[in-house]
Amino acid sequence: MPKRTDIQSVLVIGSGPIVIGQAAEFDYSGTQACRVLKSEGLRVILVNSNPATIMTDPEIADATYVEPITPEFVEKIIAKERPDALLPTLGGQTALNTAISMHEQGVLDKYGVELIGANVEAIHKGEDRDKFKLVVEEVRKKIGHGESARSVICHSMDDVLKGVETLGGYPVVVRPSFTMGGAGSGFAHNEEELRRIAGQGLTLSPTTEVLLEESILGWKEYELELMRDKHDNVVVVCSIENFDPMGVHTGDSITVAPAMTLTDREYQILRDVGIAIIREVGVDTGGCNIQFAVNPEDGRVIVIEMNPRVSRSSALASKATGFPIAKIAARLAVGYTLDEIPNDITEKTPASFEPTLDYVVVKAPRFAFEKFPSADSTLTTTMKSVGEAMAIGRNFTEALQKALRSLEKKGSQFTFTGPAGDKDALLREAVRPTDGRINTVMQAIRAGATPEEVFDATKIDPWFVDQLFLIKEIADELAAADRLDVDLLAEAKRHGFSDTQIAEIRGLREDVVREVRHALGIRPVYKTVDTCAAEFAAKTPYFYSSYDEESEVAPREKPAVIILGSGPNRIGQGIEFDYSCVHASFALSEAGYETVMVNCNPETVSTDYDTSDRLYFEPLTLEDVLGIVHAEQQAGPLAGVVVQLGGQTPLGLAQALKDNGVPVVGTSPEAIHAAEDRGAFGQVLAEAGLPAPKHGTATTFAGAKAIADEIGYPVLVRPSYVLGGRGMEIVYDEARLEAYIAESTEISPTRPVLVDRFLDDAIEIDVDALYDGRELYLGGVMEHIEEAGIHSGDSACALPPITLGGFDIKRLRASTEAIARGVGVRGLINIQFAMAGDILYVLEANPRASRTVPFTSKATAVPLAKAAARISLGATIAELREEGLLPRSGDGGTLPLDAPISVKEAVMPWSRFRDVHGRGVDTVLGPEMRSTGEVMGIDAVFGTAYAKSQAGAYGPLPTKGRAFISVANRDKRSMIFPARELVAHGFELLATSGTAEVLKRNGINATVVRKQSEGTGPNGEKTIVQLIHDGEVDLIVNTPYGTGGRLDGYEIRTAAVARSVPCLTTVQALAAAVQGIDALNHGGVGVRSLQEHAEHLIAARED
Amino acid sequence: MTTSTRGTRVPAVLVLEDGRSFRGRAYGAVGETFGEAVFSTGMTGYQETLTDPSYHRQVVVMTAPHVGNTGVNDEDPESRKIWVSGYVVRDPARVPSNWRATRTLDEELAAQGVVGISGIDTRALTRHLRERGAMRVGIFSGDAIADETTLLAKVKAAPQMKGADLAAEVATTEPYVVPAIGEKKFTVAAVDLGIKGMTPRRMAERGIEVHVLPATATADDVFAVNPDGVFFSNGPGDPATADGPVAVMRAVLERRTPLFGICFGNQILGRALGFGTYKLKYGHRGINQPVQDRTTGKVEVTAHNHGFAVDAPLDTVSDTPYGRAEVSHVCLNDNVVEGLQLLDQPAFSVQYHPEAAAGPHDAAYLFDRFVSLMEAERA
Repeated sequence: MPKRTDIQSVLVIGSGPIVIGQAAEFDYSGTQACRVLKSEGLRVILVNSNPATIMTDPEIADATYVEPITPEFVEKIIAKERPDALLPTLGGQTALNTAISMHEQGVLDKYGVELIGANVEAIHKGEDRDKFKLVVEEVRKKIGHGESARSVICHSMDDVLKGVETLGGYPVVVRPSFTMGGAGSGFAHNEEELRRIAGQGLTLSPTTEVLLEESILGWKEYELELMRDKHDNVVVVCSIENFDPMGVHTGDSITVAPAMTLTDREYQILRDVGIAIIREVGVDTGGCNIQFAVNPEDGRVIVIEMNPRVSRSSALASKATGFPIAKIAARLAVGYTLDEIPNDITEKTPASFEPTLDYVVVKAPRFAFEKFPSADSTLTTTMKSVGEAMAIGRNFTEALQKALRSLEKKGSQFTFTGPAGDKDALLREAVRPTDGRINTVMQAIRAGATPEEVFDATKIDPWFVDQLFLIKEIADELAAADRLDVDLLAEAKRHGFSDTQIAEIRGLREDVVREVRHALGIRPVYKTVDTCAAEFAAKTPYFYSSYDEESEVAPREKPAVIILGSGPNRIGQGIEFDYSCVHASFALSEAGYETVMVNCNPETVSTDYDTSDRLYFEPLTLEDVLGIVHAEQQAGPLAGVVVQLGGQTPLGLAQALKDNGVPVVGTSPEAIHAAEDRGAFGQVLAEAGLPAPKHGTATTFAGAKAIADEIGYPVLVRPSYVLGGRGMEIVYDEARLEAYIAESTEISPTRPVLVDRFLDDAIEIDVDALYDGRELYLGGVMEHIEEAGIHSGDSACALPPITLGGFDIKRLRASTEAIARGVGVRGLINIQFAMAGDILYVLEANPRASRTVPFTSKATAVPLAKAAARISLGATIAELREEGLLPRSGDGGTLPLDAPISVKEAVMPWSRFRDVHGRGVDTVLGPEMRSTGEVMGIDAVFGTAYAKSQAGAYGPLPTKGRAFISVANRDKRSMIFPARELVAHGFELLATSGTAEVLKRNGINATVVRKQSEGTGPNGEKTIVQLIHDGEVDLIVNTPYGTGGRLDGYEIRTAAVARSVPCLTTVQALAAAVQGIDALNHGGVGVRSLQEHAEHLIAARED
Repeated sequence: MTTSTRGTRVPAVLVLEDGRSFRGRAYGAVGETFGEAVFSTGMTGYQETLTDPSYHRQVVVMTAPHVGNTGVNDEDPESRKIWVSGYVVRDPARVPSNWRATRTLDEELAAQGVVGISGIDTRALTRHLRERGAMRVGIFSGDAIADETTLLAKVKAAPQMKGADLAAEVATTEPYVVPAIGEKKFTVAAVDLGIKGMTPRRMAERGIEVHVLPATATADDVFAVNPDGVFFSNGPGDPATADGPVAVMRAVLERRTPLFGICFGNQILGRALGFGTYKLKYGHRGINQPVQDRTTGKVEVTAHNHGFAVDAPLDTVSDTPYGRAEVSHVCLNDNVVEGLQLLDQPAFSVQYHPEAAAGPHDAAYLFDRFVSLMEAERA
């Protein structure tokens, strides 16, 4: 039975900003779904506040609302668009929760919108722990297998304490209901931990509910991905086994597909239980993910949980198998059955089958603990990783080693040289799961640990442990061999050793190993991911490398362009870069090239086999890229390799690729050097007569002090080779400078520290521009809301700039052009300026697509990355204007006066991290980037756009209530006007004594509240922290002095995070928030699709 | 023989009858072996596969690279021994990991004298078989290795699968009884053409006492147990050679005793009804095959192991000596006939394996269908 005919339009809800636990995978899933629905002839209406997504590209849906994903805004969209149906299963927990809340408020009934993909009852049965337990009991009655961990549902701390006794004591697992990515869950080994974790869990859970569970720490963990259609056909798409046993969130585990250590009997039990659960829960047109724990001693199966929606695991499973779960889920939701949907890869077999793999997939998580030095890095049931890399190999060792090198992190690959360390100490360390535990285990093996000892310390399955021993034994053979002969080298490559690892072991250079290898004729072959283990011919060129016999890369005639992606998401290099790569692929394909994508990030749209003509799921190291270039050069003509769209990862390969004779298109490696090298860039600026802040480099404190003394404090200090502002700090005095130099492990005679004058109170400006060698196209000018000194990735910004005049834009344009010309850019460049005392300083230039390209593109309705890709391959801006890819006249610097204002706001992961004592981490913004994602607010005026950005990022701004203000001395002046405005809007002000005094002198009344350090008052007066915890504060303004912050500020800000109270940490943000509150209080905040905005803008441009 | 920490280094070579060869290392027993090269795409269940009598005289190529991870236990075999004539894997496990495992697969293969090869590009071999079809193959290891011309000649001298009558070689020689679990409701005579252990167990679970009879059983032998139903099992070889079982089947059909066949049993029913059987290019061997039950429209994911199939019209009801017959099940991948049923008397069969082992349990309902037929007959 084909598609339903009673649905003509569907509202799809996206997942909003990238946060830990809900990331780019929902862009991949959502994009697939929107495309499928559109191709089915439905009108697709999309809401997603995240501009850095492909799904919010105007051509993906018919009406794209970049608006906050809150019931209020979604209702406005429904009222305007009147969709027939709402598909909530593709936007993660955010979409599901929004849909449920709208159902409960009666909004869906009111507008006659049908929920498709999953019904409300099924969502509740799957997500509500109590109900799910009943589901599992029912399943056990029917098929005799599966049970829940023994558990107790609690709604108060009393329940919690009693619950532990019922379960027979500690340790217990705490899981809050209805939170995403396992937020707020954890292990409690004693009452203190229990009170803390359960207390927070009760707060985080929208239903004030937590579940206490018996500990199954150390059991084997598995996941199944299932799909079911309306005829009750069910398939298991993929099985996944966690390398790290129970206790580590699956998002933080190294995971393997297919399951490696199950007999068929045990696997079929999981499959039977999974199918019975999806039926019992009632997911009838879509997919779900079910997690299991298996006792390694007797095979007892415990069902942990299920997600009745598309998930991170389903994205991984889709990439691992070639079975596109989201795409098929969307088809099922509109009425198709599995047997009616063709398998894309074979084209001739149906989707009603179960993929079988003839390779092994390993996913490894990427963490960012270095960004949160005070956070506890122990892995628990709360997800903490910010990204992941996936690798495919013909065996586990190959896939594992590829995955580890895909992480692109110092020390992520196994190393076999140098002292291993003390075995017992290493084994003790390996007990605690954390980032890089697998490397610790490898060192323990090198130090002489036995397989039994490794198992006892880690509970990692003995088969996996043996695989680690296998790797280590090959490393030993490599080290011991007289020479690298063909057998040994081939064997090492078959087990995933990189040329760099072999070089390290043999004391050779990487390129020497490569030469030897090539001379011996050892090169990778490329195999196809085909869903069926070669049973049927595959039509989709989705490749992975392996050291095997036969390659499957077919010859081609059209010239190919290889686009290098950005690898695993990390803070500072996220989905924005994937966006640009995908755009390049689309644009170049349209321009007649065969596009070849290389990436190793399973969450992304770029690694969807539908995106490019060919996909290589491979690490982005020089060795792996050279292998692909060789294979593609054998296959047909190669026009070039694009390195400037995937962020720093491919950019860093540019010179080495060129040195190896690979044609790098676009901005040349020499030009990249001119922008990235401080000396060379200084020269570019000097020649163009552009000022940069005074700076110097030093390798000692004395040297740094001399520079600081000369240029004056505050100074911005950082190690010399960093990304994302790593280790960067604003130093206000000599004492801190000395401490910084002493603390920094990154500074040495060969690695100097950079000392820059810090421009206090400057306005920071970001510019994205295109340059073709002759003409400059100013893509957009973004004015930061926060002052200079806060990393541009963490700062909110407005486009068009809200306080810059025509003269400023003119100066920015001239400076940008001079730099683009001086550097030699062919494509995109991003420049950061600071305007201080009317001088326009150049802070830095990046000769590549920047983080803001998707935002700028959406705000101005111009596809900058597409244009950049075309320019890289020789098109001129004039030609692109002629073609219509760029506007015929004008650019992002000449936006009409009534152009909409777009505000980008960063989203921070504070609530994910705790220190070792279980307290939150400080939330102060600084020069080191720590945000994971962003949202966009777009509207006619700044205030409304800002209010939308806040609603999208953190929840709506309060329009009345109590505002607490406590600011550093230097901010006290600028606080007065906004404070007065808050009072005018009816806010009651609370302040600490110092701030209250200043307000009072300016005629503003504020109630003095006690500082945390003062403790509760004699008559029980609460401190500000207690007030926040008790929900008596609606808005917090707290600016820190320098970094580190006083303890009070820290307590206030962490309390704000715990209670989800909006907390502004700069006065500029306060000023913007006041404008937002003003806009909200004047009512009538509307919604408008990007298509409508674009239409308006294009019409205005043509006037 | 040199053995390092990374397992045996005894060289081995696999030679296909069309001359392509692959070099790897010995796995299991060292020596030489011949058979029909077929590939199996199941990712789990190697123990069940190895002991499935239908694989008699076949060299099985595992498409899943890691084999042996869960070792060998005493519960999972489907028959008394390993039947495959040779085994081809890419990455054999060095240590088993499972609480039920008692020994390694390598040891088990060696103990049962099964010659295998590891470390070859199994995907390349699979693609070759897919394109060129199943063919004869030889595996040679250790001292058995000679120059390729000699080896190729040996492979070409090995017997073909087409025309092979093998059921009697694998079936029981003496009848035996598998008692019903719980209350006995029915008696079934099961003709063993290479039956898997799970099949009588699935029947026993439903209150059936199963009398397993040798492949050479006559109609009289079958009726002697006074059966409520008769079952024909899976098994190896070319159904065109199975004249004996076909004759027994016809006798059962004459008597209108409820009848159920699996795999080889399906082909025998096809031939008994007058349909032809033919050899598939490379067969169906795996546990992920989508089969549609045409009576309900539902799709089941099923375990397959067949190189031959019944040639019956898909969309019309056929007239047979035993009344009208139709194709009840079809494989959605390639429209191969996967099940037959008679419309005028209680008889049906499927080409795939509802007993699973290895594989999904989606088709277990077919045993219930068999029970219903016997119940209806009794009523």
